[in-house]
Amino acid sequence: MENRLKTTLCGIELDNPVIPASGTFGYGYEFAELYDINILGSFSFKGTTKDPRFGNPTPRIAECSMGMINSVGLQNPGVERVISEEMPRLREVFSKKVMANVSGFSLEDYAYTCQRLDGCPEVGWLEVNISCPNVHGGGMSFGVSPEAAASVTRAVRAVTKKPVIVKLSPNVTDIVPIARACEDAGADGLSLINTLLGMRIDLRTKRPVIANKMGGFSGPAIFPVALRMVYQVYEAVKIPVVGMGGVSSARDVIEMMLAGATAVEIGTQNLVEPCCAKRIIEELPSVMDSLGISRLEDIIGGAHNG
Amino acid sequence: MKQLIYTVEENIPIAREVYKMTLLGDTSPITRPGQFVNLRLDGFYLRRPISVCDCEDGRLTIIYKVVGQGTKSLSLIAPGTAVDTLSGLGNGYSLEKSGESPLLVGGGVGVPPLYLLAKRLIEKGCRVSCVLGFNSAEDVFYEEEFSRLGAGVTVMTADGSYGGHGFVTDAIPGLSYSFFYSCGPEAMFRAMHGVMRTSGQYSFEERMGCGFGACMGCSCKTVTGFKRICREGPVMDSSDIIWDRG
Repeated sequence: MENRLKTTLCGIELDNPVIPASGTFGYGYEFAELYDINILGSFSFKGTTKDPRFGNPTPRIAECSMGMINSVGLQNPGVERVISEEMPRLREVFSKKVMANVSGFSLEDYAYTCQRLDGCPEVGWLEVNISCPNVHGGGMSFGVSPEAAASVTRAVRAVTKKPVIVKLSPNVTDIVPIARACEDAGADGLSLINTLLGMRIDLRTKRPVIANKMGGFSGPAIFPVALRMVYQVYEAVKIPVVGMGGVSSARDVIEMMLAGATAVEIGTQNLVEPCCAKRIIEELPSVMDSLGISRLEDIIGGAHNG
Repeated sequence: MKQLIYTVEENIPIAREVYKMTLLGDTSPITRPGQFVNLRLDGFYLRRPISVCDCEDGRLTIIYKVVGQGTKSLSLIAPGTAVDTLSGLGNGYSLEKSGESPLLVGGGVGVPPLYLLAKRLIEKGCRVSCVLGFNSAEDVFYEEEFSRLGAGVTVMTADGSYGGHGFVTDAIPGLSYSFFYSCGPEAMFRAMHGVMRTSGQYSFEERMGCGFGACMGCSCKTVTGFKRICREGPVMDSSDIIWDRG
């Protein structure tokens, strides 16, 4: 029987469009304790940099209405240990292609890390994060101008044959020229949105909750912003768009796909409901039935018709 | 770790702003004292991590202090309510390191996880002493419960309104012990660091995103590398702690 949930992302077929997002799924094995993660379309592993990073001071987490702020700051063991330690562990629990999320502080960093991960057969796509709001002198600073975004895209494009998906920041005046610049520079796809820069103040101490004062706001509260940007970017580019931002249900997945997403990443919801990706995949067929959708691939960008 | 539903059996105040909740359900994920559960509350996006105070045959006890809106809402939950819980989180204390006469040092709502620890240590034949520190008489809880287990208990209050007058560190120098276990505020740990004469274990607290190692929200630097308080912790060996984190 035909798989109604399948979708194809940059030439790689996915059993379903559901992809846990980077930074909310570790390297997979915490979740593999709870369910067989091979049911996923794929997942995007923890943002990886050239060198090991501890990240920001704690507190790094603040709660919000229907969401949270994080200021982790790209804590990761560095690409060499990701390849030597995390990938073998990942192989034991996940047999599909994984999305390798990469961040950096210079063009050379991005190129080096991508080149190292290009040699990993487990990696299907490189998701290049030019949108982390929690690090200075890197991360988001590459994602806020079309020129800088294009230069990272070109640097990475030159060192890998794997599909390059550039992860965009919502913290910009207009996301469309940045999306187009990445496409023109050779990106195979775009993923969006990363977190929105946000803040909370502790009313007892009267000081910011987060040690770094500000952080990335995510969770169901940001879904409408994310959906709007996916819709705008889909209209502006020809390459596939991976939608994310506050997705927490099968209905959200379908809404993202109607806006133009070829696949959909699930982020923050994994942290509070660790089996949410499984639940969403299981819910999809009946929700599709109730909406008269026979195949998910048919609805991508459907909201733009007419 | 398991995600499961517990049913609230009881939820009652036992000291100023401090509540005891018993939950019924599958307690098999909890294998060591010092572990915690992460509770989902209606109207709050993030779960609330609470340490396990006692755990026997399908009944779990937690003790928490109302410090914000989340714990306020927790205190209002009625018996019979189903609570979505991630159970069996964190590493817990190492019973095998105790020696014959371990000392347990608790401060405020750091006291609860030491109860199950005391129980398990006494079951394996240890002579257990406890020093429990509180701010004031109306904050004191579980003194009798520890005594009933057969532990020697010293209670200290900062204002001298109950038990000994002073901090836990004022009571510790007169005691002899083979190893120590502690849970409480970090300021108490820092004071203990200069006083303790054996190695031991401290249980840390931090704001958490997920509670099971996925978000890296609660990381800390240790002598043996970066650790997630929710996963490689909350219990850390005293030798592993970097006291000056700059």
